[in-house]
Amino acid sequence: MLHVENLTASIGGTPILKGLDLSVGSGEVHAIMGPNGSGKSTFAHALAGREGYEIGGTAVLDGHDLLAMEPEARAAAGLFLGFQYPVEIPGVNNMYFLRTALNSVRKARGEDEVSARDFLAIANEAMALVEMKQDFLHRAVNAGFSGGEKKRNEILQMAVMQPRLAVLDETDSGLDIDALRVIASGVNSLRGPDRSMIVITHYQRLLDYIEPDFVHVLVNGKIVKSGDRTLALHLEVNGYADFVDGKNEVDGHSLSGATT
Amino acid sequence: MSETLRSIEEMSEASYEYGFSSDLDTDIAPPGLNEDTVRLISSKKNEPEWLLEWRLKAYEAWKTMEEPDWAKLDIDPIDYQALSYWAAPKKKPVLESMDEVDPEIREMFDKLGIPLHEQKMMSNVAIDAIVDSVSVTTTFKATLAEAGVIFCSFSEAVQDHPELVREHLGSVVPVRDNYFAALNSAVFSDGSFCYIPAGVRCPMELSTYFRINSQNTGQFERTLIVAEDDSHVSYLEGCTAPQRDENQLHAAVVELVAKDRSEIKYSTVQNWYPGDANGVGGIYNFVTKRGRAHTDAKISWTQVETGSAITWKYPSVILQGDRSVGEFYSVALSTKRQQADTGTKMIHIGADTTSSIISKGISAGKGQNTYRGLVKVMRSAENARNYTQCDSLLLGSDCGAHTIPYIEVKNASAQIEHEASTSTVGEDQLYYCRQRGMTEEDAMSMIVNGFCREVFNELPMEFAVEAQRLLSVSLEGSVG
Repeated sequence: MLHVENLTASIGGTPILKGLDLSVGSGEVHAIMGPNGSGKSTFAHALAGREGYEIGGTAVLDGHDLLAMEPEARAAAGLFLGFQYPVEIPGVNNMYFLRTALNSVRKARGEDEVSARDFLAIANEAMALVEMKQDFLHRAVNAGFSGGEKKRNEILQMAVMQPRLAVLDETDSGLDIDALRVIASGVNSLRGPDRSMIVITHYQRLLDYIEPDFVHVLVNGKIVKSGDRTLALHLEVNGYADFVDGKNEVDGHSLSGATT
Repeated sequence: MSETLRSIEEMSEASYEYGFSSDLDTDIAPPGLNEDTVRLISSKKNEPEWLLEWRLKAYEAWKTMEEPDWAKLDIDPIDYQALSYWAAPKKKPVLESMDEVDPEIREMFDKLGIPLHEQKMMSNVAIDAIVDSVSVTTTFKATLAEAGVIFCSFSEAVQDHPELVREHLGSVVPVRDNYFAALNSAVFSDGSFCYIPAGVRCPMELSTYFRINSQNTGQFERTLIVAEDDSHVSYLEGCTAPQRDENQLHAAVVELVAKDRSEIKYSTVQNWYPGDANGVGGIYNFVTKRGRAHTDAKISWTQVETGSAITWKYPSVILQGDRSVGEFYSVALSTKRQQADTGTKMIHIGADTTSSIISKGISAGKGQNTYRGLVKVMRSAENARNYTQCDSLLLGSDCGAHTIPYIEVKNASAQIEHEASTSTVGEDQLYYCRQRGMTEEDAMSMIVNGFCREVFNELPMEFAVEAQRLLSVSLEGSVG
């Protein structure tokens, strides 16, 4: 599904990603963890096509050369980014935004647009997933939303867009435990054999709710360690200290041992 | 960033969708303005002596006046003697039914998307269509007559209801009011007249479409709306003009009289030809619009100004009666080399009068957009209140937005609030929308329309959709 090779990204000559490799298979959930400033969000935006980076390497999603495509074409290819800081668009009705988004990717794929009525059914189903009330649809996109509401809105959008690959950038930041539960259960219900996810997080807490198949540690622009869920638990106990001071080689067995 | 900027510029250079000119046989007066021109117009229209006198008085006043230069506008000198002050489609139509309208005029309005033909008509909108200077047809006359509403061309009103015209003409905008109003008073050709009797709620939206078709003509319409006690009317004005290399002058006057407890809602969607990207051609739009609100009356102006090379326009309300209300909702777009200096004047005279102003200025390309507004509270206006909100949106780095509020308060009980903001369409917003699959162009259009939402909400439904589309078209470009 997704193959990233030697991905580099810099801003104004300052390197942030320094050769990142990652392969994500269909239906897999990968967690990327790392300390502040390690390049986690940059990775998400490099995949989605935000302007302002000098990019190198390759990233291929289902045969699409992502790095050569406009952001909207990447969306149409099935890439969805759940933003760490969802953007406010005053005056634009949430429902209208969602329907325009869905129809834009459908159009780009040569599919029929969804009528207003059919869309309402899709939206209602998606809203149930994240336990949102109807009035949510009629408010302006993210304008005046609380932090938790904004994050729920991202998952709502994901549920509507039904992406091939969802990259969730610190979806757990700023959430209380109840909101976290709701969002995680929404995300879990969207898991499936045809959909992969990359969950970017600072804390392992989220991974108690969204159980990843693989965990990667991103430090200083590179993935320095990959493992299963136990790697995250190790990080919970020991922090990133093992990786940041050049001690990039950690014995996998002893890591597992530390958690038992 | 540079890529975003460039595409914003490309977007703002969309071409003018209504730039066709119809091949109508037109009766045009020779260029030039003097007393004889005024007499010619008056006699062409078979006007009563008092109206000729009124015009001549205005002409005398105009001769002594000077063009205003206080606006933040860069205007090439206008040669008033080179203009023609009278142009009419030759087949002077005296029409009983829509079928009698000149097919070419009908076709032109079809192109504009104006549903002149009754079958195609939007439900419940009566339309008066004015080409160049002459009113071509007024639809739904019979339905309106049943309710006692008079809606006709200004010329017809002069013939059929001279007492109403005489009583109110110039009562809100006197002939000497300003340079362009004086010019209009001297040479106005036609326009719309509307009278709502006491206690009547006008059964449908009233609408006028203006179009300048002939070359080198000025268009000077005069609109007069009188709402008697306890009446209600909603009125919409739309404007287009074909693409020409020369600048064309448009100097209209609109007067609204809202008697006790009445309400007039006046909406404008102005899309005159804005000129090309180098500032060649386009309409000079110098318009005086003002209403007088009597006791407990309400006047609401809503305008969507996307066209014209230059817009000089300040729809105003004289809040004369106690508890009268004035509102001004405006979206003004300046792109290419368009310049707009627009805003409102709210003159509080009565006690407990309230006014609110919501202005949204959008600048793109090399456009310059100025909000200029006056809130004046006279000594007599106990407990007057005003709320003003001016928001400016900048698209690109070669455009400008300016906010110039004037506040004059002579009564200490007044409460005046003014809020202003300037923002750019954020790259973050564009990126967010594009990540959700929208093209940059669609995203821009959505964000700008969202910015204008509060104003569009004030427009009648069909016209809100139209305004939204117009804004998108005006911002559209070669992207995507």
